[in-house]
Amino acid sequence: MRDLLGIIDLAEPTEGLRELTVHRTLGAVPFGGRYRVIDFTLSNMVNAGIRNVGILLNDRFGPLLDHIKDGKEWDLNRQRDGMFLLPAPLRGDSGEGISSNLINLQHNRGYLEKSRQEYAVFSGCSMITNLDYRAAFNYHLEKQADITVIYNQTANLSANPPYTAVVTDEKGRVMDIALNPVQCTSRKVSLNMYIMRKDLLINLVDHYSARQKRDLFTDAIMPRLDELKIYGFEHTGYVGAINSLKSYYQHSMDLLKPEVWKDLFYTHGQINTKVKHEAPVRYLEGSKVSNSLIATGCTIEGTVENSILFRGVEVGPGVVIKDSIVMQKAKLGPGVSLRNVILDKDVTISEGKSLVGDPSFPLVINKLATV
Amino acid sequence: MQKKEVVAMLLAGGQGSRLGILTKKLAKPAVPFGGKYRIIDFTLSNCSNSGIDSVGVLTQYRPLTLNAYIGIGSAWDLDRSGGGVSVLPPYVREQGGEWYKGTANAVYQNIDFIAQQNPEYVLILSGDHIYKMDYSKMLSYHKSKGAVATIAVIPVPWEETHRFGVMKADENGRIVEFQEKPKVAKSNLASMGVYIFNWKELRSYLEADEADPNSSNDFGKNIIPNMLEANEPMYAYAFKEYWKDVGTIDSLWEANMDLLRKDPELKLNDSKWKIFSLNQTLPPQLVGPGADVQGSLLSDGCLVLGKVHHSVVFTGAQIGEGAEVIDSVIMPGVQIGRGATVHKAIIGENTIVEPGAKIGVPAKPGENVEISNENGITVIEDNVCVPQSMRIVQGTVLSVAAWPEFPEEWIS
Repeated sequence: MRDLLGIIDLAEPTEGLRELTVHRTLGAVPFGGRYRVIDFTLSNMVNAGIRNVGILLNDRFGPLLDHIKDGKEWDLNRQRDGMFLLPAPLRGDSGEGISSNLINLQHNRGYLEKSRQEYAVFSGCSMITNLDYRAAFNYHLEKQADITVIYNQTANLSANPPYTAVVTDEKGRVMDIALNPVQCTSRKVSLNMYIMRKDLLINLVDHYSARQKRDLFTDAIMPRLDELKIYGFEHTGYVGAINSLKSYYQHSMDLLKPEVWKDLFYTHGQINTKVKHEAPVRYLEGSKVSNSLIATGCTIEGTVENSILFRGVEVGPGVVIKDSIVMQKAKLGPGVSLRNVILDKDVTISEGKSLVGDPSFPLVINKLATV
Repeated sequence: MQKKEVVAMLLAGGQGSRLGILTKKLAKPAVPFGGKYRIIDFTLSNCSNSGIDSVGVLTQYRPLTLNAYIGIGSAWDLDRSGGGVSVLPPYVREQGGEWYKGTANAVYQNIDFIAQQNPEYVLILSGDHIYKMDYSKMLSYHKSKGAVATIAVIPVPWEETHRFGVMKADENGRIVEFQEKPKVAKSNLASMGVYIFNWKELRSYLEADEADPNSSNDFGKNIIPNMLEANEPMYAYAFKEYWKDVGTIDSLWEANMDLLRKDPELKLNDSKWKIFSLNQTLPPQLVGPGADVQGSLLSDGCLVLGKVHHSVVFTGAQIGEGAEVIDSVIMPGVQIGRGATVHKAIIGENTIVEPGAKIGVPAKPGENVEISNENGITVIEDNVCVPQSMRIVQGTVLSVAAWPEFPEEWIS
């Protein structure tokens, strides 16, 4: 896949994730016990043999940089090609980058031009999936398409707007595209991943950014639906779209199903992430753990049910965690009880406290907070 | 090349024949330990944590797993310019070449490697012990004593002194006598196989030793006694924390079980002294709805649907529904089928235990069993398949070679 360039866009809307994205971009949101959301897209690209990945940064990307560093965990610290960080032009005094992928791509046009790859795959990073870009690329070549949109028919995607529905004909050509349609005309939902020639990408960027357009898909690709040969490639595996707290919670809990766990982590290649060299999990006598995902570095003496524990969480005797997500290094005092709660990183809960949320509206405790 | 204060030479070429089938295809330092590590991780992590950034790893017996594992040393932060980790197998010279004849000869054959870096001190280590030790403290001790050689020692029970090299030291720590595996010991301070030498002196002793045709070219048997005889200032550095030689099935199993105590002596999750290892980035372990996990260590990629009590389960192992694992060491990638039972056993890497198989069951009256170790531990070789109907009596060592009619389909 020397011929394919990967571009990851971090500018997807994150308002729905509320507290989880106050201080971090979507790609840096912790997920699945030891990962960050971007790990899936990044690993999928690398597993498909892509050796040149550009990451479009806009704002709140500090935690993301801390996570991906020089790309070594994805084998992207290369002499030639490798990982490139592409910051957006700054928006005045606030120091924030402009969250428009067209403007950002225009700003980093030199990178696109210089890359020796002939084709590019452009992807958002909100999709939790294990996907074979190689198959999608081969499909693109076989169909001689101008653009290939990767879609999935899993019903729950349309239940969590925003989403983009696509309609294809029997040959796979995309006939219609609709954003959050009230009357859903198709179960096929775009994964916000597009393959095209790099030249075409540069042309679209040049043309539409000069006309003050902002989004590659809605402003540059959708209007050319009749003119360009756009095909849809179906990805059939599990997909979780992380666009709201509800979907974040729901897709996290999906990991507790062994079939989803296997699909996500063992199908087309492994999902890589920053390695922290934590020790194996210690289960002490009396621990009660069921239906839970536990990351290394945890020590468990209490009860954990239907929950996800990130690295280095200590569950003392008498602590009860149910239907919750507890991120890295949470400190839980004796007798703490959690239900339908999401604890962000480094939270401290003092002795005897009981926190309860609701599955449709989990209670989120901010990073570094003390309760 | 940049001059280094200290170069570490890690002896990792031994077979570890007392581990039997566990070291059939790999060297002892590469044997998995503690849920996610290999034995050599402890020594390499000690180097890294002690600020030693030049480590030669001497390999000889079955080095492939070890070579692939160490790579360029990134996992231990030893991928450094002007040093880092170097894997050093024996090599051919103008006059031919030879295998490493003994520990001292292995270092002798790499005099050029050490000389390139022209260090003040050389630290000799072995890759088959489990311990956490700050070598920089030992080096400060060595310097403060003005020693030519410093030997790390640990008190062992008197009845076990016959298994070790034993040091007798005076009140200043100066070594006055050394006994190699004595019948009647004069001290219970055992050598840990960790030595610091002044490079200049060590070099001349290695050269003299090589010139002696009667020498067995071994640190314990030759170099140390020779230095002592020449009245060189040699000191004992007392180490009081956890240290274990895991050279036998019993000690390997015991050392794994030691980790399961409520307050283990050797803490693996110490953020100031991390034990690094090559990670496969597998997903967090999934503990299923009917699982029952107590007093155990489990690592990434494990899928547990059954019962795991007082056991160490390595990366990527799977325990099926209704299966029962007790007092056992389950190595990476092992799959234990539904309803199978595993009691007091070590199961080698990637072995499949089919549903319903029973491992480590008590012998029936009159059943003739050859018990190969003190604790009655059952050992199953790596990469085999134990079929459904199998009942393996406790204390058995199951290997393909020892089983003449071992059916082809058992090998996975």
